[in-house]
Amino acid sequence: MSIPKFDKLISRAIPVRTENIDTDQIIPARFLKAVERKGFGDNLFYDWRFNKAGQPIAGFPLNDPRYQGEILVAGRNFGCGSSREHAAWAIFDHGFRVVVSSFFADIFRNNALNNGLLPVKVSDEFLAEIFAEIDRDPMAQFEVDLEQQTFTILSSKHSETFEIDAYKKRCLQNGYDDVDYLVSIMPQIEAFEEKRKSL
Amino acid sequence: MGKTLLDKIWDAHTIRTEDGGRTVLYIDRHYIHEVTSPVAFAGLEKRGIGVARPQQVTATCDHNIPTEKQHLPIEEPQSREQVAALGRNCAKYGITYFGMGNPKQGIVHIIGPEQGFTQPGMTIVCGDSHTSTHGAFGAVAFGIGTSEVEMVFASQCLIQSKPKTMRITVDGKLGNGVEAKDIILYIISKISASGGTGHFIEFAGEAIRSLSMEGRMTLCNMSIECGARGGIVAPDQTTFDYLRGRGNAPQGADFERAIERWKELHSDPDAQFDTEYRFDAADIQPMITYGTNPGMGMAITDTIPAEADPKALAYMDFKAGEKMIGKPVDYVFVGSCTNGRIEDLRRFAQLVKGRKKAANITAWIVPGSKKVEEMAEKEGIRQILADAGFELRQPGCSACLAMNADKVPAGKYCVSTSNRNFEGRQGPGARTLLSGVAVAAAAAVTGSVQDPRQVFNL
Repeated sequence: MSIPKFDKLISRAIPVRTENIDTDQIIPARFLKAVERKGFGDNLFYDWRFNKAGQPIAGFPLNDPRYQGEILVAGRNFGCGSSREHAAWAIFDHGFRVVVSSFFADIFRNNALNNGLLPVKVSDEFLAEIFAEIDRDPMAQFEVDLEQQTFTILSSKHSETFEIDAYKKRCLQNGYDDVDYLVSIMPQIEAFEEKRKSL
Repeated sequence: MGKTLLDKIWDAHTIRTEDGGRTVLYIDRHYIHEVTSPVAFAGLEKRGIGVARPQQVTATCDHNIPTEKQHLPIEEPQSREQVAALGRNCAKYGITYFGMGNPKQGIVHIIGPEQGFTQPGMTIVCGDSHTSTHGAFGAVAFGIGTSEVEMVFASQCLIQSKPKTMRITVDGKLGNGVEAKDIILYIISKISASGGTGHFIEFAGEAIRSLSMEGRMTLCNMSIECGARGGIVAPDQTTFDYLRGRGNAPQGADFERAIERWKELHSDPDAQFDTEYRFDAADIQPMITYGTNPGMGMAITDTIPAEADPKALAYMDFKAGEKMIGKPVDYVFVGSCTNGRIEDLRRFAQLVKGRKKAANITAWIVPGSKKVEEMAEKEGIRQILADAGFELRQPGCSACLAMNADKVPAGKYCVSTSNRNFEGRQGPGARTLLSGVAVAAAAAVTGSVQDPRQVFNL
């Protein structure tokens, strides 16, 4: 099997400035009851997007028609809290391919990478610049280049590089899937088990 | 240079290293529950492969289940189906499953240690962030996502970056009425809800050594709440005494041999940590949170800090500079993988004995496992609680994340011994004040936020 490949993306962006967005906000626990991976995008940021009657809340950026795109730009420490992968699924399923923040929680970062959703960590200053660019022009375009590991504000050509480890980069570029890889090295895993038994 | 405890266990489980530094890490014990496993099982099905080492997997249901009338089918259809799916999957792949009604069922992080599955020196994972709990035994234990659950099913391995190391030393003795929960809420309030990100925390120092295993589990459980991958405490006599005689721990002469191995599990004296913090136990008071992440905590006698996040205060309907003491409370929740162990119920019962639940309080006292429930019964805790107007419910995650019917209504305040005070965590619009057991007991009998040292003359 394979995960969705990622190479290069030019897109507008949707800003959610809140810091410390935890996975309970990304997808509340009551939406985790499905036994199949489908439809999670409808419940993304549910309690911030919809009121009690299920009507969209006008001020929330995902409900604001000015903002469109496949890039979600969020405040510092994105994805903290619960390990629920449903958070990454919901963001991907809603149509995002990239999440930009100045800091990501560890488990969320791994979950995103395992689903072809690219977490791009930028400096606090550059994050502020991205938010300012969207404020200036909600139509502004951004470029994410995985090969070069750069995130660029296209109007100003301001760019920052981001880190990703070599293994995960190769997986995203080629759509490689960790399970297939691990199964392929099963003889090595079994040899390890044998060696430990004899200790 | 010497090795840290994390280095020792990590290295002993490293099968190979990929370019970029990620480790193929061997996993000794894999815990699963109904919420984060079904999509992983479906993935195996699609690939046409099985579970590589079913005997190293332990399953239970906890997140979704009701905490009363557990002898009846689960009313809510989606929850019922999710729990049923876990039962079917475990039967299909030969995994031991402690389902509803089983005397070994309970919250996954309570039953693992209780039954001796969790042991020093192991690598332990579960599709649940609070897997960090098991670090209390000197194990490398951390939460994973569902894709990773599938990886462990398929190969008993994970591909992980090795975390950085952090040591947090708490010197000295804890004051009266101060418990493990207060230590960790204090630490998170000092280093922030993201202060541990990228790190694995080793807890050390006299105040940590003096904690029971239950206390160490509470501490490690919440290490994830400062963003850390996990927490760990080097095993010692307290650990060995806890494990001796537990069903799945080594028995007899094997146990004595295991102790000799486990005694090697400590950081070398010259080991270097990437980050170090040092705190004094004497500075730690009973704690309470005022905001919407676990880092927004303070000593119960303090006032809400001037620099508190206005968005969080608006959600909580609090103001900077206000005292927390005297704030009215509507709900009290004692339970969860943080504070749902027998020691927590003993403490709560000891404090409320001979008093009465305040009329304005709805209380949920939820044991972490069937075993805890059974012990509470035998020790007379259920009766003490009943005499004071409290009902002991049945085991599950309950109001910690409100996936079942135990939901705090919008706008209501709940003093909760759980681990997260995020917006809506205990139900849409619910307002959570995190605390230890003593603060929860004080709220339960007075109906408001109070200092347990005053209420109970501690």
